[in-house]
Amino acid sequence: MIYPRDTRITRRAMLGAGLAALFPGVARSQQPEQAPNESGQAPSAPLPRPDMAGRPRSRVTDYENDPFVVGIESELRCTCGCNLSVYTCRTTDFTCQTSPAMHQHVIALMEQGKTGEEILQEFVAQYGETVLMAPPKRGFNIAAYVVPGVVIIAVGGALSWVLARRARLMASQAAAASNDLGDVPGLSSEEAARLKAELERLGV
Amino acid sequence: MTVLGNLALWLALILAVWGVGVGFLGGRTGRPELIQSARRTTYALCGVLVVAGVALLTALLRHDFNVAYVASYTSRNLPTVYVISAFYGGQAGSLLFWGLVLSVFAALAQWVTPRRYNHLMPYVGATTCAIVLFFVVVTLFASNPFTRLPFTPMDGRGLNPQLQNPGMVVHPPMLYLGYISITIPFAFAVAALAMKRLDTGWLHAIRKWTVVSWLFLTVGITLGMWWAYVELGWGGYWAWDPVENASFLPWLTMTAFLHSVMIQEKRGMLKKWNIILISMSFLLSIFGTFLTRSGIISSVHSFTQSSVGYYFLAFLILLVVGVAWLLWLRLPLLEADAQLESMVSREASFLFNNLLLVGIAFSILWGTLFPIISELVRGTQVTVGPPFFNQVNIPIGLGLLALTGVGPLIAWRKASLKNLRRQFAVPVTAGIVTAALLTALRFGDFYAGVALSLAVFVVATILQEFARGAGARHRLHGENHVLALARLVGRNRRRYGGYIVHVGIVIYFVAFAGMAFKTEMEASLKPGESTLLKSPFGHVYTFTHLGVSQYRDVNRVVSAATIDVTSDRGGRVGVIKSEKRQHVDSFGRPTFEPSTEAGIHSGLREDIYVVYAGSVEGTEEAVYRFTLNPLVWWVWFGCVVLVAGGVIVLWPGGGPTRASLRRAMPGYAATLTGKPEPASETAVVTGGSP
Repeated sequence: MIYPRDTRITRRAMLGAGLAALFPGVARSQQPEQAPNESGQAPSAPLPRPDMAGRPRSRVTDYENDPFVVGIESELRCTCGCNLSVYTCRTTDFTCQTSPAMHQHVIALMEQGKTGEEILQEFVAQYGETVLMAPPKRGFNIAAYVVPGVVIIAVGGALSWVLARRARLMASQAAAASNDLGDVPGLSSEEAARLKAELERLGV
Repeated sequence: MTVLGNLALWLALILAVWGVGVGFLGGRTGRPELIQSARRTTYALCGVLVVAGVALLTALLRHDFNVAYVASYTSRNLPTVYVISAFYGGQAGSLLFWGLVLSVFAALAQWVTPRRYNHLMPYVGATTCAIVLFFVVVTLFASNPFTRLPFTPMDGRGLNPQLQNPGMVVHPPMLYLGYISITIPFAFAVAALAMKRLDTGWLHAIRKWTVVSWLFLTVGITLGMWWAYVELGWGGYWAWDPVENASFLPWLTMTAFLHSVMIQEKRGMLKKWNIILISMSFLLSIFGTFLTRSGIISSVHSFTQSSVGYYFLAFLILLVVGVAWLLWLRLPLLEADAQLESMVSREASFLFNNLLLVGIAFSILWGTLFPIISELVRGTQVTVGPPFFNQVNIPIGLGLLALTGVGPLIAWRKASLKNLRRQFAVPVTAGIVTAALLTALRFGDFYAGVALSLAVFVVATILQEFARGAGARHRLHGENHVLALARLVGRNRRRYGGYIVHVGIVIYFVAFAGMAFKTEMEASLKPGESTLLKSPFGHVYTFTHLGVSQYRDVNRVVSAATIDVTSDRGGRVGVIKSEKRQHVDSFGRPTFEPSTEAGIHSGLREDIYVVYAGSVEGTEEAVYRFTLNPLVWWVWFGCVVLVAGGVIVLWPGGGPTRASLRRAMPGYAATLTGKPEPASETAVVTGGSP
């Protein structure tokens, strides 16, 4: 049985507005904090068509928002083929079965007392380097990070050197030209140099 | 309709071959009848491809499910607007769309290009026909949208739910328009090389095309960001996905071209570089398509893998070899007319701007292809995701932002110390003061702080330019300040429109910096329960779950979760609704996995982004993800400003000056050197007009 489109939302919106006014929030932290319900025992009515509301979810625990867990999961790629990090995938693609499993694995390793690096290494051992969102900075992978900067600096350096050389050459030609064409009224040294260069190019 | 469509495609194939032949022959021999034929063939090609397009559209609108393409991408209950967008929603249709739009652009280029460039048009026609020919061949032999099924299904599969979004109706066409329109400047470059007419004439001919295609690309990319933001539900707009990167690459090289072309027009320098840049932009647009279609790189945006990738690879190789060969032949004609006179000049700053733009393009290409390189070299696959791209590209991007402020203020040829002091004293001071303030306020993110300081510097340089220009008009002509400003922009549209485009770019950078402060959390809430989240701006939001309702919509069953949001400073924010959508066909059978629709409350400071992840044990207890995204609205506003600047640049009447046209005229160089132009080329100039 599917409800008609509008009525329930409107009633709930009105109820919710009243509830929100009764429970103004107090800033404490960014951790989820659930305020007590009006009746103390909030009834959660079953949905008419739960099969149409996506994959069933379990309640959010403190682990889901733990900055350590989120940080680790942001460095791990979900292996379902979505190209997203485990954190992004499990909080975006709610049909994916892989990222929730990887999330549970991270929590299990954390509970074993492993450090962040050890957890990442555990995943690398299982899936290979491809499980990391960015290549680790060692061996050949260093090229990934270094090459763009080196190329830009090298080309920029070469460009600066060539341009500076040409500019110096132009300046010296300007100086020489100002000697040769110094008697031409109203001609600056740069213009004299350009004129001389043109005359030479044309073989005059 | 499929017979008509196939017939039109075969006719297009024959016409395109004819167009290539007569275009090249006409350009080579200068025979007016061949030139005329090339022009008319371009129009005819456009006509037959329009017929093919109409045939596919008719099949889609008639729900002819015997056509494999129609059955794969539409269903009876799909809203009409998405039935139309299915035209380019699948591989085969998008290839036909590409060929069709390109043929329209090719015809437009023949039609609107002024007669003074007639000498280039045969080769332009031949080049565009050759590229249309490629797309027609791929459509006919590798991915034909008119292929029929051996049976007729009762209903189609429907369009992917993520494509059923207004953003996807406009984003792909815009991006395609950007990609496709680059072909026209490229065709002019080929024509200029083939005709040995490498003065600034061809640059004048493509000036508007390049700006238009750059604008289409910009709008297309931004609409893609908007679509990803509102539809994909991960709370961001750019993920450095290979396909996103592929669209960004030609944008970068086109931006470099728009700057470097000014140096050629003004000083006659960088002739080779400009040919390379425009060719690179076109090649990158084909390369991006190759990446999307070949499946060599994993991406969420990729089309189904097929043999199309091989066609694109072969075409790409052919193009690279052809352009390199033509460029090699014409190298002696591409010598600069002038030399750089000083390292402190606008030419030098534009060169470094080009270096950084192409450098970013290289680093993105390098990062995108590194997984393949790693596999080839080490036999090990690696993932190159957002952490890599952010780390490598943010510093280069900030360098580019700094040059956005520096370039326009430095004098051409050689800037004096006095000039530098006069131009930069105020903007540099404004930037430094901002940086000091942000440091004193313990601003949380280093790169975001640098971006904001540089943004202030660039905006100060632009405001100073407007103020000085308007002030000068006020003093000289006695106009009031508003009129002086309006006339200043109206009479120097290219320059001041360009500044407005720069303002748009600055707004983008500021908005990107805002995302450094993105805040998010998950919570499961029963109806009536609340949770709190602190904004990066200091206030606290209270999210109260109101409940979940389910109802049937056009082609889906919707589970809508509603949240009431209040702020401890601003009071009630409003009700936000996020949905789970289970799409069904006309028989009520589920067609795809359930999709998520984020609920977004957009504001100038930040967006409140709510995602309904699902329900606990099939009840109204809902799992949510709440995200606070600072300054996102400014990304879209930056695009609006940028487009406004672009429209000012494009506004009719701002064409090349008489002096500049005279420099580009045939014979101008010959007068100086004493070597008259060959008679045949002159004949083309006079004989090519319709």
